[in-house]
Amino acid sequence: MSAYILQRLIQSVLVLLAVSIVVFLAVYGIGDPIELLVPPQVSAAERAAMIRRLGLDLPVWQQYLSFLGSALKGDLGTSFVHGVPAVELILARLPATFELVLLAMGLAAVIGVPLGLLAGLNPESRPSRAIMAGTILGFSLPSFWKGMMLILLFSVALGWLPTAGRGETVSILGFQTSLLTLNGLKHLTLPALNLAIPNMALMIRLVAAGTTEAMTQDYVKYARAKGVRRQRIVGRHVLRNILIPVVTVAGMEFGSLVAFSTITETVFAWPGMGKLLIDSIYHLDRPVVVAYVMLATLLFVVVNFLVDVLYAALDPRVKLTGEMA
Amino acid sequence: MTTPLLEVRGLKTVFHDLAGAWPAIDGVDLAIQPGEIVGLVGESGSGKSVTGFSLVQLIDPPGEVVAGDVLFKGEDLRQASEERLRSLRGDRIAMIFQDPLMTLNPVLSIGEQMSEAILEHRKCSRQEALTEAAKALSRVGIPSPETRLKQFPHEFSGGMRQRVAIATALLNAPDLIIADEPTTALDVTIQSQILFEVQKLSRETGTAVLWITHDLAVVAELADRVAVMYAGRIVETGTVDDVLSTPRHPYTLGLLGSSAATVAPGERLKQINGAAPSINARPSGCPFRTRCERALPVCAQIDPSPQARDDGHSYRCHNPVPEGIAP
Repeated sequence: MSAYILQRLIQSVLVLLAVSIVVFLAVYGIGDPIELLVPPQVSAAERAAMIRRLGLDLPVWQQYLSFLGSALKGDLGTSFVHGVPAVELILARLPATFELVLLAMGLAAVIGVPLGLLAGLNPESRPSRAIMAGTILGFSLPSFWKGMMLILLFSVALGWLPTAGRGETVSILGFQTSLLTLNGLKHLTLPALNLAIPNMALMIRLVAAGTTEAMTQDYVKYARAKGVRRQRIVGRHVLRNILIPVVTVAGMEFGSLVAFSTITETVFAWPGMGKLLIDSIYHLDRPVVVAYVMLATLLFVVVNFLVDVLYAALDPRVKLTGEMA
Repeated sequence: MTTPLLEVRGLKTVFHDLAGAWPAIDGVDLAIQPGEIVGLVGESGSGKSVTGFSLVQLIDPPGEVVAGDVLFKGEDLRQASEERLRSLRGDRIAMIFQDPLMTLNPVLSIGEQMSEAILEHRKCSRQEALTEAAKALSRVGIPSPETRLKQFPHEFSGGMRQRVAIATALLNAPDLIIADEPTTALDVTIQSQILFEVQKLSRETGTAVLWITHDLAVVAELADRVAVMYAGRIVETGTVDDVLSTPRHPYTLGLLGSSAATVAPGERLKQINGAAPSINARPSGCPFRTRCERALPVCAQIDPSPQARDDGHSYRCHNPVPEGIAP
């Protein structure tokens, strides 16, 4: 187990290093932020001073090395636009995104797994076909369009739910959350639904395919021959087997939603990390973009590790040893 | 003669496909007395396993049991409700499957898979169920059963898994165990250990066993009576001694002749010509006639009906093997 953790740690550091190089070069290639940062009326001398202060006069490799140097000390740079440390800026936005994604993944699992079971148990029935057809829609509708349609329906036409913002929040353990106020929940519903729909579709398809396959397995027939009730066969024998791929995908999706729910946060003006990312790219706020991608990578590394641990808990055949990965 | 524990009459199970319904078994008659071990023998595709599953109505589409009676202690299982069948399965009639690798759920502990067989049939605590499971494991010769219950199927060898399946079958002291080629996947030493244990347990508990196998040697070692199956029907049945020493059906004789034990070392095994007909290409009349050395013209026209002697030895043949021709 400890050999396994050590190996994963080394891998993670290498991944982070590789990502940092790629991101740094990519952001450098997008354009020169100084044009956006400095108002046109500023004198040439002030402009040159500013370039020097931000370190933009150095060649790219020197900029990278100085970034790496301070990154090793835990400093991922200071926002050009906001003048505060990039990490601080991002982490301040994290709770908003986190609660949004938590609710979205919760919805996807709570609705997706039972519907998937239903569709998988009687694949030929009419409701199952309707569910499966619905999943194709869920996958393929673009997020921005779906978001706008949700607003159109629930906010504009029906007037049930607000269109934008985070609503009332309360403070729990120093974090602001909308999950615990009615007004906050109302604000959360539409963006969470928008994020949940494609994941729900994914869960349904995964669970349905897994269920259909598992039901033909000998262990199911054997359980029936033992006189085990159908509810238990489905709820324990089958579900336990298909949860393994579901957990893997849910973990990966969780990471990707936290890092890149940009479109939904933009459509619903949700003050989360995705909104920050898109704004920072507009303003060529290099340190924030780089720090963001680094944190997102770290998040994926952590989530993948947790999925592996969960895997070992779910599947008794999996042992976390050094040779595995 | 006492009332049989299980009496099967004219059982017919078909498999549907686009071209129609093909009978996998057609007119199976079988009786099992309480505490008796009956061997059901036949080649691959003869319908042995389908018979086993049809008895407990565990035939899934595209298969369907379409005719016949299955009387278990006088109750017709074909008319029984799904819930009634569920309450009998695993409790009064237990099954052991062919492949011990596939039948245990890989992600559930042995303890859970054994105790559920108890908990689904009677009210008792999980702990009591586990205690009984541990007892059953030690009865089939698995050491340190408490530890074993916490383990998962992949931590057991093939022979151990099959012992688990046998122990599971014994949990509710059933009246009948249907064992579908349970030793086929095991090596010979393990096989004979398991045969010995099953025989012993059957004697001790009074449990009847229907042992489905393609191996006559297993039947000779284990069973009281034997039923030989060919192309979806039972062609010869009687006590093991009768049938194996004086086989009357040419197919039984052929099976005996192709077993290695009956041939002197170095001599070629006598095999039965051809292969068993598939379910959609069975010949008219007697289904065995195309492979039979003793076939007469009548065999192509009339399907022979069973001829029974007083001692229960019966066979379906127009031109039976004369008595006294030892294989």
